[in-house]
Amino acid sequence: MARCVSLRSVLSSLRSIVAISQRSGVQRCFSHPWMPGSQQHRAFSMHPILCSSSLSNSSAADKVLVHFVNQDGVQITTAVTEGESLLDVVIKKNLDISGFGACEGTLACSTCHLILDENIYEKLDPMVDEEVDMLDLAYGITKTSRLGCQVCVKKWMDGMTVQVPQEIKDMRNAVGSAGSQ
Amino acid sequence: MNTSRVFVFKQLKSLLRVKCSSAAPSNDLRRLTATPGSCPKVCVVGGGPAGFYTAQHLLKAHPAVQVDIYERLPVPFGLVRFGVAPDHPEVKNVINTFTQTAQHERCSFHGNVNVGKDVSVQELQQAYHAVVLSYGAEGNRSLGVPGENLSGVYSAKDFVGWYNGLPSNKDLKPDLSRETAVILGQGNVALDVARILLSPLDILKETDITQPALEALAASRVRRVLIVGRRGPLQVACTIKELREMVNLPGTMPEMVTAEFQGIAEALKDLPRPRKRLTELMLKAAQGSSEGGGAEKRWGFRFLRSPVEILPAPDVSRAAAIRLGINRLEGSGEGARAVPTGEVEDVECGLIISSIGYQSLPIDPTVPFDPRKAIIPNKMGRVQQAAGLYCSGWVKRGPTGVIATTMNDSFDTARSLIQDMETGELDTSAAKMGSQAVTPLLLKRGVNPVSFSDWKKIDTEEMKSGKAAGKPREKMLDVAEMLKAAHS
Ligand SMILES: Cc1cc2nc3c(=O)[nH]c(=O)nc-3n(C[C@H](O)[C@H](O)[C@H](O)COP(=O)(O)OP(=O)(O)OC[C@H]3O[C@@H](n4cnc5c(N)ncnc54)[C@H](O)[C@@H]3O)c2cc1C
Ligand SMILES: NC(=O)c1ccc[n+]([C@@H]2O[C@H](COP(=O)([O-])OP(=O)(O)OC[C@H]3O[C@@H](n4cnc5c(N)ncnc54)[C@H](OP(=O)(O)O)[C@@H]3O)[C@@H](O)[C@H]2O)c1
Ligand code: FES
Repeated sequence: MARCVSLRSVLSSLRSIVAISQRSGVQRCFSHPWMPGSQQHRAFSMHPILCSSSLSNSSAADKVLVHFVNQDGVQITTAVTEGESLLDVVIKKNLDISGFGACEGTLACSTCHLILDENIYEKLDPMVDEEVDMLDLAYGITKTSRLGCQVCVKKWMDGMTVQVPQEIKDMRNAVGSAGSQ
Repeated sequence: MNTSRVFVFKQLKSLLRVKCSSAAPSNDLRRLTATPGSCPKVCVVGGGPAGFYTAQHLLKAHPAVQVDIYERLPVPFGLVRFGVAPDHPEVKNVINTFTQTAQHERCSFHGNVNVGKDVSVQELQQAYHAVVLSYGAEGNRSLGVPGENLSGVYSAKDFVGWYNGLPSNKDLKPDLSRETAVILGQGNVALDVARILLSPLDILKETDITQPALEALAASRVRRVLIVGRRGPLQVACTIKELREMVNLPGTMPEMVTAEFQGIAEALKDLPRPRKRLTELMLKAAQGSSEGGGAEKRWGFRFLRSPVEILPAPDVSRAAAIRLGINRLEGSGEGARAVPTGEVEDVECGLIISSIGYQSLPIDPTVPFDPRKAIIPNKMGRVQQAAGLYCSGWVKRGPTGVIATTMNDSFDTARSLIQDMETGELDTSAAKMGSQAVTPLLLKRGVNPVSFSDWKKIDTEEMKSGKAAGKPREKMLDVAEMLKAAHS
């Protein structure tokens, strides 16, 4: 019978952890489009070198610092290239939030819901109807909630904190199906 | 050495702490890498969103578990392929994530295996430490009114299956020869069906809708679609994105009955934001309909109407009208109830589509099933009174909720399962054979499973013939054709 777990899988888990653990440093970031994938794969097989080629040529001046507070309340600080969406950041930096960005940024799921600082939220361009349509289905929305795939990081946002809601849920089925007989 | 390295080893240790076998080798790493046959084996029944998301979370949360997905059809993805409307390709992006899960080295896909028929749940339980039932809802609620079986009356499940290429619905040939179609139910499935019936062909022909459906719709004489609900405007089950799509559908205009919206504008202020915005959009559409316009095709909601009887044409060959019972509302808000007034109204129509919900069916006499709720009775995904059995998705919760809802409930089930492994509630000490026990059984029974790489062959062929037709894919409509491509 085949061996239960290959060394390869343990090694790749190890690599994933290296990738995750290095996400807090200032990293070089490529802005080629990301390939979607299951979270565990995103963590190690999609862009294994992305986060490990740290520091070298990146000019800190092009970067915007964003602090993510994840579902467990742990803060992760990451340097982001201006113009990327918050969804891009979560994917590229392997922030590993289960189920995040299911529709890959096409405004069809609301799983990329994030909670922003009030001062940042207020300065953003207002939401288009289609974003509100989807956001309204997200779980636990607040006054400063936005869909991460619709928010582009700009220089002026430097230092902002982004909160990942407790659970990524979509409330569509709670909208109106309390049936009668 | 920096803090990240320390972090790495801490994480590795916690990874290795997961209970994998009863053997006690001298170090954790050896135990994980070299204990033959003792890793937990889980199988998932159903290759839809619930199956894939359950597998995804199990693989992520446990470093050794092996997950096999058994799917009845030769092709994966369940309702993402056979339910989600062809003009919603963005929703189907989840397929990329599912594909990565299927290609994970500890996961394998076994299509063309009808659990309950080709292999029993009990046999799966003997081969695996745990079985997760994620087989969705393959039946539908029936109207229970006379005339339901007349030609021209279809369930939304079959109609959707037809335009989406579900093999069992390929010969549906719905009657699209009359001007008015009535859809019963006001959920998102009802709106999908209305949109497909009225969409300009130019939009549809660039989607993965099947060629026979495209041709039938090209010849369709349906010009007017009424979407009928048993309750009022404040209780519609659809969501705003789908309603907005109807409102913006080129070549159509709304046809509402203004009187049905009496008092609704006044109620707006007390509604929660989602319901308020949905209702405002509906009111706007109702207003638009009273202003008239030149669109050739029309759609509209009708409220407080329940089907009573489907009336046949004089030669009794097909449906010619529907008799609707008029209701009044008792109570208010989401929980308001429809109560019949005793009055009825007949609406002439040639096509009637019942979109009042899908329904799960029992899979195997040994698996508990709640016939009233039509779900597998469970607590947090643990099937009640059935150790080692779990469930996720529509068969666990009932046939409502979008993919994201299904995703969360599947993660919950996976968490329950992992927790049971950790507490020992789920005994994983004995070695299990997994697919090595099941595959020979299947072969002996003349069933030739389709692996994920076999599916990729089908996928490639479908995309190739789609490309030739200017579509993202042309689906194969026949199981035999799929199997031929898969095993080529
Ligand atoms: C018409 C329609 C349109 C929808 N559109 C959207 C949308 O646009 N956006 C959105 O977010 N959600 C949409 N949904 C909801 C979404 O499809 C569901 O939330 C989701 O598919 C439920 O997943 P599931 O895995 O429980 O069921 P399913 O998707 O039904 O998967 C069950 C799988 O099990 C297999 N199976 C059944 N019996 C057996 C057996 N005996 N042995 C082996 N395998 C078996 C089936 O073949 C199927 O592949 C739509 C639903 C419908 C009905
Ligand atoms: N684009 C999308 O996101 C999309 C597309 C399709 C489906 N989906 C999701 O898939 C799920 C299933 O959709 P669905 O439309 O099948 O179900 P649904 O949303 O539950 O709607 C069912 C409709 O049928 C009515 N109904 C139920 N029983 C009835 C009866 N006996 N007589 C008359 N009317 C009856 C309901 O009215 P009452 O309210 O009075 O019970 C309701 O209007 C939903 O969660 C939906 O959001 C999503
Ligand atoms: S990723 Fe789906 S809405 Fe943002």
